Amino acid sequence: MKLLEYEGKEIFERYGIPMTARRGVLKLGDSLERLKLDGPGPWVVKAQVLAGGRGKAGGVKLARTPAEARELTGAMLGMKIVTHQTQGKALIVEEVLVEDACAIAREIYISVVLDRKEACPAIIASAEGGMSIEELALSNPEKIIKVQVDPEAGLLDYQARQLAFDLKIPQKNFCEFTLFARQLVKVFLETDASLVEVNPLIISEDGRLLAIDSKIVTDDNALFRHKDQAAKPDHEASEIEKEAKAIGINYIGLDGDIGCMVNGAGLAMATLDTVKMAGGDAANFLDVGGGANVDQITRAFQIILKDPKVKAVLVNIFGGIMKCDNIAAGVVEASKKVHIRVPLIVRLEGTNVKEGREILARSGIKIEQAGSLWEAAQKAVAAAR
Amino acid sequence: MSILLNKKTKLIVHGFTGAQGTFHAQQCLEYGSNIVGGVTPGKGGGEHLGRPVFNTAREAVAATGANASLIFVPPPYAADSILEAADAGIKVIICITEGIPVLDMVRVKKRLGAMKAAGRDITLVGPNCPGVITPGECKAGIMPGYIHRKGSVGVVSRSGTLTYEAVWQVTSQGLGQSTVVGIGGDPVQGMNFVDALALFQADAQTEAVIMIGEIGGSAEEDAARYIKKELTKPVFCFVAGKTAPPGRRMGHAGAIVEGTAGTHASKVAALKKAGAKVVDNLSEIGAAVAAALKTKTKARTARK
Repeated sequence: MKLLEYEGKEIFERYGIPMTARRGVLKLGDSLERLKLDGPGPWVVKAQVLAGGRGKAGGVKLARTPAEARELTGAMLGMKIVTHQTQGKALIVEEVLVEDACAIAREIYISVVLDRKEACPAIIASAEGGMSIEELALSNPEKIIKVQVDPEAGLLDYQARQLAFDLKIPQKNFCEFTLFARQLVKVFLETDASLVEVNPLIISEDGRLLAIDSKIVTDDNALFRHKDQAAKPDHEASEIEKEAKAIGINYIGLDGDIGCMVNGAGLAMATLDTVKMAGGDAANFLDVGGGANVDQITRAFQIILKDPKVKAVLVNIFGGIMKCDNIAAGVVEASKKVHIRVPLIVRLEGTNVKEGREILARSGIKIEQAGSLWEAAQKAVAAAR
Repeated sequence: MSILLNKKTKLIVHGFTGAQGTFHAQQCLEYGSNIVGGVTPGKGGGEHLGRPVFNTAREAVAATGANASLIFVPPPYAADSILEAADAGIKVIICITEGIPVLDMVRVKKRLGAMKAAGRDITLVGPNCPGVITPGECKAGIMPGYIHRKGSVGVVSRSGTLTYEAVWQVTSQGLGQSTVVGIGGDPVQGMNFVDALALFQADAQTEAVIMIGEIGGSAEEDAARYIKKELTKPVFCFVAGKTAPPGRRMGHAGAIVEGTAGTHASKVAALKKAGAKVVDNLSEIGAAVAAALKTKTKARTARK
């Protein structure tokens, strides 16, 4: 699950990570009067969206006076943001963070990630922060520092010192930095994160070391031991996605018009690819799970048909332990319960496939059957046209 | 010959008496797998599916001489079961459990690495995988036994039902499989593609290999390097997720494109460059293998 900047900063706070003072988070519909600002300012008003590059898209603004801060906050709430990370879609700003601004002397990039290849956490850092680390990795790979971290001991003292020297951290901030780096690794390990990123970590003109941004991605599989996190909303998931998740169906909405119901994540991905190859676009990724019983199939139909874009439904199920005749009965049963207003294409394969196909043929329900995935994809694309 | 499992494999099932463990152990028994017992803490001394139940893996190994483990323990406890099996001396550990926290697997890998460095022979398959099957000899996993047939095609895959799809196409072509290995869809896992390819390369029964990859990570790129350097047998590949949107986890925790890493294009390019045959359309993989093997058989017959 991806956390918003202020949610990440709340976690940072618990670990003593140095930051500028946060003055308030306002949600869409909140009264701007709730924003209480005192002190000399200036303040920075930041759109809380899950995409990098928001600064360029008008999602980060500087306010000189409390009135200006309120005005900018009001304008930003409800605003649409498109960045290079949003795949052409607009994100609506539902929350805004206002915090103290500071003058930046130096920017540093630092993150803790999972190094899949080495199967351990690693710090990725660069003395040149502020820019996209992916770009830097391509243009100047030698400028990227990588430190592997023991998953039990965390970052060791000498590793933190080495990192500070490599990043040319000034003497004045040296101890502050080593403590910060060790705490950042602790955040990663203790929150079961797959990414903890600070971009940028800065040294301000008045010589303070500060984490200006936060990006935390947590491991969904570990939610059972983070009850506080599990209770928070998933900002990335749409309403349909959340509903599907609650009933154990893995659903991701896409842009096309062919609704897909598949058992297994890999086969579901391959089904989307095959639909594309046949000249169409899938409306969703949907994995009904290995079991695929009547109940799951009924619910999956309900979820797919909630999307008004859907013009045809493609069911691709490989009957394994769950035999095809049972699945066919499930499809028939489900289509009685749910009004399927679009053409239905079913491809069954595996155990008892012959009996399964007979059940579908005899059901009297308008179902187009297909012998292979390729044939099914072509039929679905034709039906959606 | 085959890899990882054969007729002599003595299997114990962890989480034996649970719903998942019971259902799938029953299926494995019906297939003819030699399950010699199970482990469920607190239920030791009893019997389940006609096999003895033990409190600990050590007891199970001491009493039965088991050399392979099949794990169905729920996610919060599964990492611990892997280490328990390893500590008890089990050589092949197959973990089916889906949803184990990544950092748990990081810690498991660290300990297994230390054991291997000390000279222990341990292979972990999974987690979040369908398991391993050597057709006609031993099924240790949740795959439907019926779709398999003994033969000469080795199959290794990151995904469950996608594996069944490939296996079924091979069987439908009148061919069969030496061993089918599901390595699982998690970002941190036991055996990887290279490990499996090395075993297939050394296995006399295996004449060709099917490798089913997906987006995310760099396992396919690593496999490509190995294929180019070491593999003399023909390899047929499919990589799922060509049309998946970046940044979204496509079911498997490992199937996610992050930044410029783990893209479909990079994997396909690397595999093609290494000399592997990559099919764009999954529906064609069985026919591609069959065409290659039949030409090979014809050539061999002609030589005789």
